[in-house]
Amino acid sequence: MKVAVCVNHVPDTETKVRVAPDGLSIDRTGVNFMMSPYDEIAVEEALRIRDRFTGSVTVISLGGETHRETLRKALAMGADSAVLLRDDAARDSYAVAAGLAAELSSLAPDVILFGKQSIDYDDAQVGTLVAAILGLPSVAVVVKLAIGDDGRVVCEREIEGGHETVHTKLPAVFLAQKGLNDPRYPSLKGIMAAKSKPIAEKPAAPASARVAAVALRKPPAKNPGRIVGTDASAVPELVRLLHEEAKVI
Amino acid sequence: MKIIAVAEERGGEIRKSSLETVRAARRTADALGGTCLALVAGHGAAAAAAGLGCYGASRVIAVEDARLARRPNIAIAKIIAEIARREQAALVFLPASQAGKDIAPRVAVALEAGLASDCVALRAEGGDVVATRPVFAGKALLDVRVTTPVKVFTLRPNVFEATADAGTASVETAAVPLEEADLVTTVEQTTVASGRPDVTEADIIVSGGRGMKGPEHFALIEALADALGAGVGASRAVVDAGWRPHDEQVGQTGKTVSPTLYVACGISGAVQHLAGMSTSRYIVAINKDKDAPIFQVADYGIVGDVFDVLPALTAAVQRRGK
Repeated sequence: MKVAVCVNHVPDTETKVRVAPDGLSIDRTGVNFMMSPYDEIAVEEALRIRDRFTGSVTVISLGGETHRETLRKALAMGADSAVLLRDDAARDSYAVAAGLAAELSSLAPDVILFGKQSIDYDDAQVGTLVAAILGLPSVAVVVKLAIGDDGRVVCEREIEGGHETVHTKLPAVFLAQKGLNDPRYPSLKGIMAAKSKPIAEKPAAPASARVAAVALRKPPAKNPGRIVGTDASAVPELVRLLHEEAKVI
Repeated sequence: MKIIAVAEERGGEIRKSSLETVRAARRTADALGGTCLALVAGHGAAAAAAGLGCYGASRVIAVEDARLARRPNIAIAKIIAEIARREQAALVFLPASQAGKDIAPRVAVALEAGLASDCVALRAEGGDVVATRPVFAGKALLDVRVTTPVKVFTLRPNVFEATADAGTASVETAAVPLEEADLVTTVEQTTVASGRPDVTEADIIVSGGRGMKGPEHFALIEALADALGAGVGASRAVVDAGWRPHDEQVGQTGKTVSPTLYVACGISGAVQHLAGMSTSRYIVAINKDKDAPIFQVADYGIVGDVFDVLPALTAAVQRRGK
């Protein structure tokens, strides 16, 4: 069973976002980066599938030199090999998907995993774009994944107010949602072993972007709110304000 | 120029986020000097499609096919792309519902189109559309243009107004050939979690954090939610502790929500939680700690005990309802 998982290297969730001088991107000074959290869940699922079926896990990332850090983390978790598709310039979701698809096409995995979205740009497109480009089935927002020996898959995905049970067949792409598993922390042994696992670097296949940034800006500042009281006696006033001022109830 | 607004059909009805999408498409068409047509593809498409003229569609196309009963995503995307080609549509709008977000990238690839996803605002500029989308979990807004000749947009639910008027449009039927491979992924079963609105579509959300002190106390949250007809949300801490299910989590690694009213109970307001709900129109915070960061984004706050305040608030809301 050949499993591939694609991961992104993104600003961590503590980041206070500041707009860079170009007005189009974030200022990276002092920003810490991490593996996008949904991608960690995808890596964990890849490892479990490999261990169940015997096979290999290749982890892939498209970006600059710093993406190696995230690839190393995946290797430390237990992935077998890594590929850095190098492009130091920013790409939109389509161009990232096209670059990943080119590599995945030659790798031809049975299972391809992504996080459901990358927590920087929140496009939630790349995994499904890759499936569409490769002509493969895909299931997004997966919270349960069961692969049969015959390549038939039964999974569960989240929808508004509930879940859907979805059937499909391998080879296929799955986008991991929180709840699919609890990602393991890399063990010290894993971290040491990762040092000798290969990270193959090659230029990312060129691709044109299809969406262009016009401006990155901070959301408008809110007016300061007011404290209505300090116990249940404030409730009638709160209700009055919500009804008469905010007009929401 | 033509805009196609894709409307999602579930059990013979069109979902609210689709009505919002049709109306937004009509407004955009008016701004660009074009027309808007609505498209429904599904097993109950024709019956569901009838009312879409009220939301600004000047034509409605229904693609009925029994094989769509199990909502095969590849087939639905193929149908949308094919109709868009036949109509020579310049823009395709879909709701950024779970189904819409799943299908839109496939539609985009089929049409060699760029996709701007989860848009919260659209404006016409120089004969083109500039879309605004939240990024970094809503900590920033990104204005984008789609640079391909055909452009696809998904619109965040609960942001655009689904205004109805007296407009009418007759329903035309169309058919698109499908192959076995298009039907490989199917929905075999759907389970509804609770009767409450999903947080991503709810107008009002009542949300609880660690300050609720235990899963059993979420009954207070649920009681207020039920009195308000609201969805129930939760902070990451209580989801990780197993008190509440993942699909209620609001925040950077949970759902990003945009309700009219967000009531945060016993939630301190960590950066990651705020990222998921700070675009709520009105925020009420109830927390014992006057220094809790949540009070910096709240419009109205009570610095008090949730166990005191929540029952009183629920009772007051129930009294209003009578």
